[in-house]
Amino acid sequence: MTELQEYAAQIEALAGRLGLDYYPVDFEMAPASLMTEIAVYGLPVRMPHWSFGVRYIHQLVRQSMGHSKIFEVMFPGDPCRAYLMDGNSLAENTLVTAHVLGHADFAKNNQLFARFHEMAGGNIVEHAAAHAHRIQQAIDAVGLERVEAVLDAALALESHVDVTGELHRGRYSEFVSEKPKSTPSEFQQRYSQLPGSPEQIDLPFGVAAGPVRAQVPPHPEYDLLWFLAHYAPEMEQWERDIFLAVRAESLYFYPVFACQIMNEGWASYWHARLLREADFLPQPMYLSAIKAHSDVVRPYAAGQETALSINPYHLGFAIWERIVEKHGLERAREVRRDEDDFGFIRNWLDRDLAEESGLFVYEAHANEEIRVATKDIAAVREAILAPKFNYGAPRVAAVDLRHDGTLTLAHDYKSDGRGLDVQRARKVLEYVSRVWRRPVRLATANSTGEPVELSA
Amino acid sequence: MTLRTAAETPWSELFSRGARDWLRHNQKVREAVKETLPDIVASEELISKPGNRTVIVPVKFLEHARLRLADPASQQGAGQGRGEPGDVLQKGRERGDEGAREGGTGNGELRFVVELKIDEIIDWLWEELKLPELKPRRTATMDEPDYVREGWDKRGARSRLDRRRTIKEAVKRRAVQVNPVPITNDDLRFRQLVKRATPAINAAVIFALDVSGSMDESQRRLAKTFFFFALQGIRRQYAKVETAFIAHAAEAWEFEESQFFQASSSGGTVSSSAFGLAEDVLRSRYDPGRYNVYFFYASDGENAAEDRLPAEQALARLAAQVNYAGYVETGGVATFRPRDTQLSELFAASRAQGRPVGLSRLSSQEDVWRAIREFFKQEQTRVD
Repeated sequence: MTELQEYAAQIEALAGRLGLDYYPVDFEMAPASLMTEIAVYGLPVRMPHWSFGVRYIHQLVRQSMGHSKIFEVMFPGDPCRAYLMDGNSLAENTLVTAHVLGHADFAKNNQLFARFHEMAGGNIVEHAAAHAHRIQQAIDAVGLERVEAVLDAALALESHVDVTGELHRGRYSEFVSEKPKSTPSEFQQRYSQLPGSPEQIDLPFGVAAGPVRAQVPPHPEYDLLWFLAHYAPEMEQWERDIFLAVRAESLYFYPVFACQIMNEGWASYWHARLLREADFLPQPMYLSAIKAHSDVVRPYAAGQETALSINPYHLGFAIWERIVEKHGLERAREVRRDEDDFGFIRNWLDRDLAEESGLFVYEAHANEEIRVATKDIAAVREAILAPKFNYGAPRVAAVDLRHDGTLTLAHDYKSDGRGLDVQRARKVLEYVSRVWRRPVRLATANSTGEPVELSA
Repeated sequence: MTLRTAAETPWSELFSRGARDWLRHNQKVREAVKETLPDIVASEELISKPGNRTVIVPVKFLEHARLRLADPASQQGAGQGRGEPGDVLQKGRERGDEGAREGGTGNGELRFVVELKIDEIIDWLWEELKLPELKPRRTATMDEPDYVREGWDKRGARSRLDRRRTIKEAVKRRAVQVNPVPITNDDLRFRQLVKRATPAINAAVIFALDVSGSMDESQRRLAKTFFFFALQGIRRQYAKVETAFIAHAAEAWEFEESQFFQASSSGGTVSSSAFGLAEDVLRSRYDPGRYNVYFFYASDGENAAEDRLPAEQALARLAAQVNYAGYVETGGVATFRPRDTQLSELFAASRAQGRPVGLSRLSSQEDVWRAIREFFKQEQTRVD
């Protein structure tokens, strides 16, 4: 048994005594190269796509410049899977072990995580590996170019899933389920009260002729990956499978995305607390672990006074400390169960804490001037949450499918406040039309707010 | 809790997904580069270094597009640290200050370069533009004697023993014999060699450039680009290509390739001097009987009036000896008609007489490919 395994076992025992509740965690030591790949692909084994190659190189460059260091990657599930970097020090990996247990507790008990866990089962990591395997088979069967065309479209729409919906979702019902009951008119009511008249009468204008075929989509459909997989006029089965695979993985990533601040904060709270109470750790190791902790949760890079981004580790950690201090651990556990980042920031980031942490809203102008705009708490909260709405993507829905297969997508630019980046939108349309194989249109607004329609 | 170490899962060491997908990205970049290649190569100083067989093209990373909102006039975000409303965290750019930030790596955009082999580029271009392949001239005088294998004999040098044939003979014999011996002397078969003439596959390319005062730098660059690709096209076809470079104004000189394009003169234009020197070069070094000779000439077309007749005669003599003579006229405006200049008239007349002559004009880099294509097409139809 290695030293790390000894400490890890003791930390687990301590975590159990402190009431952390989680599915078993499989730890694996990984070399730096593998850690980088896992972080880039988001899953230990995932489908191939050239865009991951670009992210991989960017990550390598950042790492070589010292801008980025990966401590751990953790995949919630049953069991959870955590990867520790084999090049990190014993102190760092002990800290990371404690950190991972915090994540594991969060993943089992947070409602959002629990709902997605229930839908997808506890072994999405294995599912993703199976997806990758099937996609490799498709590449062998039909060639890289065709599979890549499907992945171009599916991964471009990765965030366009309905996060409130179900993972397994059938097609729309083909017919309008029941004709809307016409409320009896005033005349019908009076007529039915006449003596001798039948209880109910069908007036000719109330008669419907058989079942009515439902429109597709019956309502604006924001679950684009699902819609494309089920309603593309000429897609082959393996192509639909790819869309559904990307969708399943995207839904798996959502809770991590939507709870990032809470989750990292919770894990940081617990690694700090577990280390503090771990009297079995030698003093020098505790010190270097705590040093690693303060590096992780510091708000901005050493030697700087401001940052134009929020460190979720720091912010989450600060809020959780405050909650535990003011309301006790039990209340904190309820918050961990009930909230996601939206509720967490709006309900628990208060003015005092924002003030102490020096949070502000900045404004960057086209001439590269950047100014502090305001420190108003409501504005700060919304600025933190803005990149998280709708899974970080513009609201785009499928609104119309014509008999000739023409698909119309509509961007809800009114609620997003402005139109789409036209150049990129065209490119995405191009990806989509290649697999949709019929005309595809996209309605959005131009820079002056006028409606425009792009087509491919 | 289980803790595994990488030693038990060596798969990650054997295979890098990141590298695989990165290579696929690079392949896509090369394909994208290929599509815009005629534009890229026309603008590159490709032949500035003779013998430099690669060209480096700076490219951006490909972006996998996603739907995102258009950039707003000003962008908001959450930050942290010391700062009060109104504080300037980063100064804006003054007008005219554009260059100042260039040097920094602040924008964080990564760029990389792809190195393309020139042969590869040329192959792509030939495919892309569907350019025809050149055909060597096949005449008796061009043939070079060489030994070729022909037939078999029962006698010969040990080294030319054909084992397969020998065994075949042995098998045939043993099939009809009782108690046959494995191999007899009669089974042996030897390959025979005979002296035969084979078509020569050597080529010589003579480039002639008008460097008189009226040819400005941009015209020379056009000529250079054209010459470069014409040469690459010919190189595709012949195992051995020799080149000669002639620059002329009132007189003509032969130059090294490295000095050829730097040569300039303020004198008048006497084209016949270049044609004459080309003839001399042929006579002394590239016997048209042994070489496929290509002659390319670039000029702005304004030849001295009194040189008309000598030029016509010299061209006629030259055209009779070469596989092909191509003339590109540089400069001028879009409305220019090739008949306007003396030289274009001379070449057009020569072509009308059925000589292997072509002419084209270059007013901008975009014309280079059209001109190359025309020449190779003309050359092909002529041979067919």
